Amino acid sequence: MDQFNFSPSQPPPSNTIGAAAWLRKHLFSNVNNSIITVVLFVFLLSSLWSIFQWGFWNADWVGSTRADCSREAACWVFIQVRFEQFMFGFYPEEESWRPTLFFASLVVFVLWLFIEKIPYKKYALVFVLVPYPLLATALLYGGVASLPVVDTHAWGGLLVTLIIALIGMLVSLPLGIMLALGRRSQMPIVRSLSTVYIEFWRGVPLITVLFMASVMLPLFFTGDFDVDKLLRALIGVVLFNSAYMAEAIRGGLQSISKGQYEAGEALGLSYWRLHRLIILPQALKICIPSIVNTFIALLKDTSLVLIIGMFDVLGIATAANSDPEWLGFSTESFIFAALIFWIMCFGMSRYSLRLENKLNTGHR
Amino acid sequence: MLDKNNQQDVVISLHDVDKWYGEFHVLKNINLNVKKGEKIVICGPSGSGKSTLIRCINHLEEHQKGDIEVAGTLLTDDLKQIELVRSEVGMCFQHFNLFPHLTVLENCTLAPIWVKKMPKKEAEKLAMEYLNRVQIAEQAHKYPGQLSGGQQQRVAIARSLCMQPQVMLFDEPTSALDPEMVREVLDVMVELANGGITMICVSHEMGFAREVADRVIFMDAGEIIEQNTPEEFFSNPQYDRTKQFLQQIIH
Repeated sequence: MDQFNFSPSQPPPSNTIGAAAWLRKHLFSNVNNSIITVVLFVFLLSSLWSIFQWGFWNADWVGSTRADCSREAACWVFIQVRFEQFMFGFYPEEESWRPTLFFASLVVFVLWLFIEKIPYKKYALVFVLVPYPLLATALLYGGVASLPVVDTHAWGGLLVTLIIALIGMLVSLPLGIMLALGRRSQMPIVRSLSTVYIEFWRGVPLITVLFMASVMLPLFFTGDFDVDKLLRALIGVVLFNSAYMAEAIRGGLQSISKGQYEAGEALGLSYWRLHRLIILPQALKICIPSIVNTFIALLKDTSLVLIIGMFDVLGIATAANSDPEWLGFSTESFIFAALIFWIMCFGMSRYSLRLENKLNTGHR
Repeated sequence: MLDKNNQQDVVISLHDVDKWYGEFHVLKNINLNVKKGEKIVICGPSGSGKSTLIRCINHLEEHQKGDIEVAGTLLTDDLKQIELVRSEVGMCFQHFNLFPHLTVLENCTLAPIWVKKMPKKEAEKLAMEYLNRVQIAEQAHKYPGQLSGGQQQRVAIARSLCMQPQVMLFDEPTSALDPEMVREVLDVMVELANGGITMICVSHEMGFAREVADRVIFMDAGEIIEQNTPEEFFSNPQYDRTKQFLQQIIH
């Protein structure tokens, strides 16, 4: 029998690969496209150049008073002078080492938990979940270890934004998982309670929730027992966000094929083991975009605490604009606030992409 | 209910079992006794209830009437009974149903570690033994998504074997495989059968039935029409319906 001679593989022709070919195909494929490319390029370049000139080249970076600002470009002196306010709100200056220490510890834990190479993540997680919040509260609020009390009314800026966002995320995720499982449960009472909870909290705007929590909650508690304002906001945010989290997770749960449940059950796994070992790892992986989406929305929604008299980053930016000494620099303060939010949100979405790629074990 | 003499022998017994999906009567008056070490192949047209029948045996489906007893335990709504039965009955599915987020080895050690409370090292040793037996040991650290269909089904068989069940159920294990891979899975099942395990297999592979089965059961419209040894079944079908089915399958 004849042996078939397989033809050898060859490289593609040189004018179809490389940068020149890419440019020609995507940007300059015909006359119209080429003209559009040139026009857009000019437009882009000139806008970027003016932004660069305004924001960097001609801007004032150094100084301490209004006089150091020439009015032709951005004046970042404004931000520099009020930097501590943006970070910690109205926290007394002599105690500012405490929120600084808190921020530093946050950075340490975030790096520890999220960079792969660093080991002992389990211990870090256990520490973060229980003792750390108590220690952090003691540090920031004071009243123990001879630290003077700094009431939550004085907290503000990035400190408040981070506290509300982090606690909101950490508590609403497990709560959301329970609610999602509850909504899918076969037991009618569990299912209806979960559904009522979810539909109620999704039906009211967060701003109403915060307002109600701040105004109505004290009416339920008589006399001396006064729930701290920040705590009220935290409770409202957690209850609200857990409903959204529940629905995001339910979407993921629905996409797991019945066969996975059957295989787990046939092996003798109980309901909780089945969900913990088989279903939830797969469902949560699928939900990562939805969950991170909800987290990012929560981070930005924290600005609504302004309605109950708390000043997050945006609140401080707005308050700073009404300072009579520094009128007319609202652009700089809003850009700075936006930059802070953007760094955090973009950081989260980048991390989530990395997480998705890392967890992708080639199925589907 | 059970003959005293045969009581030790019978591993699975279905007595007057009926099942409905809502109004639809899917299993009618099923009576079946499976002895230890017996190999049974169930065949029949689609919708005949054969998959439903074996899924009732490990309570993946619930029966509304009659009694099912497996390895001495009566199958009721009681969760403890169900879990007891499931640890003695292994099942392989048409679509493999491997856990995609775990490696092959982790797929096999999961149940022994979490259900039988075996220490990890011991479970891994056991798993490698069974993976060797199905000739897929070299893929132990791959993920199911990286394996072919035939390889995945063999892993699924090993996974069920790791629980060391008394009975193995197979629900059309080769129906989703392309013809080249069917052979490798059937070889594994033949070797298993020859090792003495009690097996109930729903399949269209008549060659496999002839080679391995002690009894072939034909089902249609939720009822057991006839059952016989393979030689008798294929050469002397008693009913026209069976004849008709065999003509279509073996052409």
